[in-house]
Amino acid sequence: MEYRAVIGLEVHVQLNTNTKIFCGCSTRFGAEPNSQTCPVCLGMPGALPVLNRQVVEHAIKAGLATNCEIAPRSIFARKNYFYPDLPKGYQISQYELPICSTGHLDIEVDGTVKKIGITRIHMEEDAGKLVHSDVPGVGDDSCVDLNRACTPLLEIVSEPDLRSADEAVAYLKKLHQIVVYLGISDGNMEEGSFRCDANVSVMKVGADKFGTRTETKNVNSFKFVKQAIDYEIERQIEVIEDGGTIVQETRLFDPNTGVTRSMRGKEEAHDYRYFPDPDLVPLVISDDWVEDVRLGLPELPEAKRRRYMEELGLPAYDAEVLTATRELAAYFEACLEFHSQPKLVANWVMGEVTRALNEENRPIAEAPVTPQLLAELLQLIDKGTISGKIAKTVFDEMWRTGKPPAKVVEEKGLVQVSDTGEIERIINEVLAREAGQVAEYRSGKDKLFGFFVGQVMRASKGKANPAVVNELLLKKLQG
Amino acid sequence: MKITKDQVEKVALLARLELTDAEAETFTGQMDAILAYVDKLNELNTDGIVPTAHAVPMENAFRADEVRDSIGIDNALANAPKRAESFFRVPKVIE
Repeated sequence: MEYRAVIGLEVHVQLNTNTKIFCGCSTRFGAEPNSQTCPVCLGMPGALPVLNRQVVEHAIKAGLATNCEIAPRSIFARKNYFYPDLPKGYQISQYELPICSTGHLDIEVDGTVKKIGITRIHMEEDAGKLVHSDVPGVGDDSCVDLNRACTPLLEIVSEPDLRSADEAVAYLKKLHQIVVYLGISDGNMEEGSFRCDANVSVMKVGADKFGTRTETKNVNSFKFVKQAIDYEIERQIEVIEDGGTIVQETRLFDPNTGVTRSMRGKEEAHDYRYFPDPDLVPLVISDDWVEDVRLGLPELPEAKRRRYMEELGLPAYDAEVLTATRELAAYFEACLEFHSQPKLVANWVMGEVTRALNEENRPIAEAPVTPQLLAELLQLIDKGTISGKIAKTVFDEMWRTGKPPAKVVEEKGLVQVSDTGEIERIINEVLAREAGQVAEYRSGKDKLFGFFVGQVMRASKGKANPAVVNELLLKKLQG
Repeated sequence: MKITKDQVEKVALLARLELTDAEAETFTGQMDAILAYVDKLNELNTDGIVPTAHAVPMENAFRADEVRDSIGIDNALANAPKRAESFFRVPKVIE
């Protein structure tokens, strides 16, 4: 029997505001436990939450970038449950009237474009953090750090439109790229700034009703999302094939073993009794506000990719690679400002620059060869001062020292030799030394031409202008 | 009956309240009376009226995204039944 998987994702994005969503405590990561807390985020009686305006702006940006409708009026609700990382006994979230709804993203898997619906995006506060092991002398007790409590989150809920783990990963990557491009989140998955819960069910092909779904919590890398979903699909099919039924439940993915396991026990508490939070007044967003935010949006990856192909004439692959991150695209574009040959610049950015960054595992912001310096180097090639091959040597030296290319070329004596007299002298030397090969060439072994070019280039330490070498060599050998 | 004893016990469980059998009986009666009283509102025609989300006719109370001083670890932990270093210490949570 053939089965089809039905997957929907809930993504929690931590926003990169300076302060928490409802109080002025800092959101800086890695501070001493409970040092960034106040009566509001500690849930002290009588403390009143006040909404951070920046969180609303960020939510509108996310909504616009995912083709959502922005609600003219939305409200906050209390989601009630007890857990030691939740000081108030409720989480402030949005329920009935979220800020964004009915959007979509287009994903591409195996060359096919597919539209994935986004049900809603809402704002909420994060919980604190439970630490179980690394505090000495607490025995079996748990330790609570409330620095993260009340940190702003967006929850982005997709429609159950995804049909495979690969589609789920493509959707997640796209969403991740967008929030990072928008500059609303650092997207750091290891630190939990971008977390995913996966709702998975399976149904027999041709069935008209979805199967019972499970929710797998907190899968925190693209790789784990794929593993967790693939595992869950397999597991559910096996249960059904064995004549069992799927239980609607929450499951936890274990990255060490690659399996999901049931978190039964938390289920009974799943009666959140949402109601409007009387501490927070309704949020009203005017069309003008939405338009202001829209005007301030950066160019998004998809638009950029299209522009690189249509206006700059780059191949699809180049456009994809260069727009992978906003920083890489910015570097490329800055370089173009100084040297407007898109394909040449693209080759260097995707080639030498990316290689050098990867070797040292550095972010592009730290590249010692700035866009302007790279452009200067490319200009030296254009002018014939150095060959493309020597340019790579110059580039490495620039990377090491941060010096401008002209200086490196001068110091290292790397100026390309185009002087025919000098090149002729080298050719004569090489031909004299390789008399045997010359005789063979003249007797019809044309393939040896490349050998002579190589020898001449080597004798010139790579500095000879290859075009001039080719021309002179041909003349000499035929003469 | 607007509310049953089972419902009262469920709400008590969700709120982590421990009720004796007698208390549950009492509250069932009291809550039933309250709900019956409030039920009178159902006699009103509310077609086309937006549900009230807030009692005060106000909207858009914002703060700027500017860091303010926190209250300090010792103040934060002052009322904690137990602390460990800079943490609140709580009974183990089973997952």
